[in-house]
Amino acid sequence: MAVRGGLTETGRAVAAAFREEWGRVVATLIRMTGDWDLAEECAQEAFARALERWPRDGVPRRPGAWLTTTARNHALNRIRRGKTETAKLRELGTMADTSARPDQGGLPDDRLRLIYTCCHPALPVEARVALTLRTVLGLTTGEIARAFLVAEPAMAQRLVRAKRKIRQAGVPYRVPPAHLLAERTASVLGVVYLLFNEGYAATEGSDPVRSGLCGEAIRLARLLHDLAPDDPEVTGLLALLLLQHSRHAARTDGAGDLVALEDQDRSRWDRAAIAEGAALVDEALRRGEPGPYQVQAAIAACHGTARTAGETDWPQIAALYGRLEAMSPGPVVRLNRAVAVAMADGALAGLALVDRVEGLEGYHLLHATRADLLRRLGRREEAAAAYREALALSRADADRRYLARRLGEVRRAG
Amino acid sequence: MHYLMLICGNEEWEPSPAELAAVIADTEAWVKEMDGRGVRRFGDRLRPTGTATTVRVRDGETLLSDGPFAETKEQILGFDLIDCADLEEALDIASRHPSARLGSIEVRPLWPFGED
Repeated sequence: MAVRGGLTETGRAVAAAFREEWGRVVATLIRMTGDWDLAEECAQEAFARALERWPRDGVPRRPGAWLTTTARNHALNRIRRGKTETAKLRELGTMADTSARPDQGGLPDDRLRLIYTCCHPALPVEARVALTLRTVLGLTTGEIARAFLVAEPAMAQRLVRAKRKIRQAGVPYRVPPAHLLAERTASVLGVVYLLFNEGYAATEGSDPVRSGLCGEAIRLARLLHDLAPDDPEVTGLLALLLLQHSRHAARTDGAGDLVALEDQDRSRWDRAAIAEGAALVDEALRRGEPGPYQVQAAIAACHGTARTAGETDWPQIAALYGRLEAMSPGPVVRLNRAVAVAMADGALAGLALVDRVEGLEGYHLLHATRADLLRRLGRREEAAAAYREALALSRADADRRYLARRLGEVRRAG
Repeated sequence: MHYLMLICGNEEWEPSPAELAAVIADTEAWVKEMDGRGVRRFGDRLRPTGTATTVRVRDGETLLSDGPFAETKEQILGFDLIDCADLEEALDIASRHPSARLGSIEVRPLWPFGED
C-alpha cells in the first residue's frame, strides 16, 4: 500500500497505524459483515482517508478507533448502496463503536479469530501462510508473491480460492473450542515459524521483502503470547524467534555473505533480545511440558548466552538435539544433532552420524556439513568433492559464495 | 448448511466377524446419535463398486462405462447428508463416524441452485 512510503510526520503516523491496526480493523470488519473482501476494501478505504484527513485534522488520539469507525461507516454505505442484505445491515446499524468496546478478558478477540481462521486446517498450508500475511499483516499480494517466489497471478488465485473455501464451505470465523485449541494452535505456530524462516533463511536469491518477514513473525508470536501466555510452546516459539533474530546483524558481512556462527562478531548480537528470549525459555521449561519449540529455543539460548564461540556448551546442545530428535524425528534434526555431536565429541563422531542421515541427498546443507567435517579431519579431497556437491544443490547467493570460498580453501591447502 | 459426507473405504478389507460386528455397532450408534440430534437428514450404504455404471455425455453422445469413475483402492461406500452450523461441526460429526478410522470421509457443502 502507498501508505508505507509516507515521509511526512503524518505519513509516518499512518504507516505506524497500518502496521499496528490493519489486522484489527480487518478482523473487526469481517466479524461485522462476514465478508472478507468487503472487510479488506473498507480497511483500505479507511487508511486512504487517514492519509487525506490526518495531515489536515491532526492524528486522532486513538488511531485504531478512528480507522475502525471509518471502515465501518464505509461498509455501511457500501451495503446500503448495494442490494440490501438486511441481516448484515441490522448488525452494523446496532453496532456501537466496537473499537472502544473492551474485548473479553482484555484479549483482542477479533484478531485472534482472524489468525485462527486463516490457519484453519481445512485450508492448504501454503494458503494459510499467504492468507495470514494478507489479512492479518496487510502485505500486498505482490509482496507475498515475491516472498514465496511465485508469480503474482498465481498468488492472487491462491488467496481467492482460500477465501472462497472459507465462504462456501462454511469455515467458521472463531477461535476454536477448548478441545481443539491445542492442535489448532500448533497449526498457527507452524505458520508463524514458516513465515520467520522465509525471512531468515532465504531459500533462493535475495529479496529485501524477506528480512521484514522476520519482524512480522515476531510481532505475530508476541500477539499469540499475549493471548495465550500459559501455552509453553507459544512462549517457546516467541523465545526461539527472538533468539534467532538476535544474531541478525552479525549473520552477514559487508558483502552480504553469510558468516558462520563461530565467526560472528558477538558484540553485534542483540543482547536485549537474547536476555528476553532466554528468560522466556526458562519460564516455559519450568512448566514441565517441553515441546519442539521450547527445546529449539533452549538450543538457541545456549548459543546466545555463550560469550565466545569457544565457550559454547556443545554437550548440552547435543543433548538437547537428542531430546528434539525424540520429539520430532526428521532428517534435518538428525543432521543438526550430528553437527552438535561433532562439536562436543569430535568431527569423527559427527561424521558417523551424518553418514547415517537418510533422505537428504538433495539438501545442500547435508553435503556442506559433510564437507566441513571432512575438512576438519584433513580429508581434503573428499571435502572438496562434498563442497562441489553442496554448490551444485545450493540456490541462495550467500550460501553459494560461502561454499565457493571454502572449496577454494581446501583446494589451496591441498 | 447442508454437507454431504462421502464415506470412502477399501472394499477389499476383509474384517473378522468381531471387527465387522464392532463397525456395524459403531455405525448404528453414530446414526442413532446424529438422527437424535436432528443433524442427519438422509444417508445409506451403496452397493459395491462392481454395480456402478459411469455416465458421460460427450459431443451429444452418451457414453456408459462399467465401474466407478476412479480406479482407486478407496471407493465411495455410502453417504450421509447432514445439516450443520458450519464446517467445524460437519468435520466433528464426520470424525465420529467409524469409517473415518477405517477409510476416509470427504465432506463437501451442497451448492443449492441459485447461489453463486
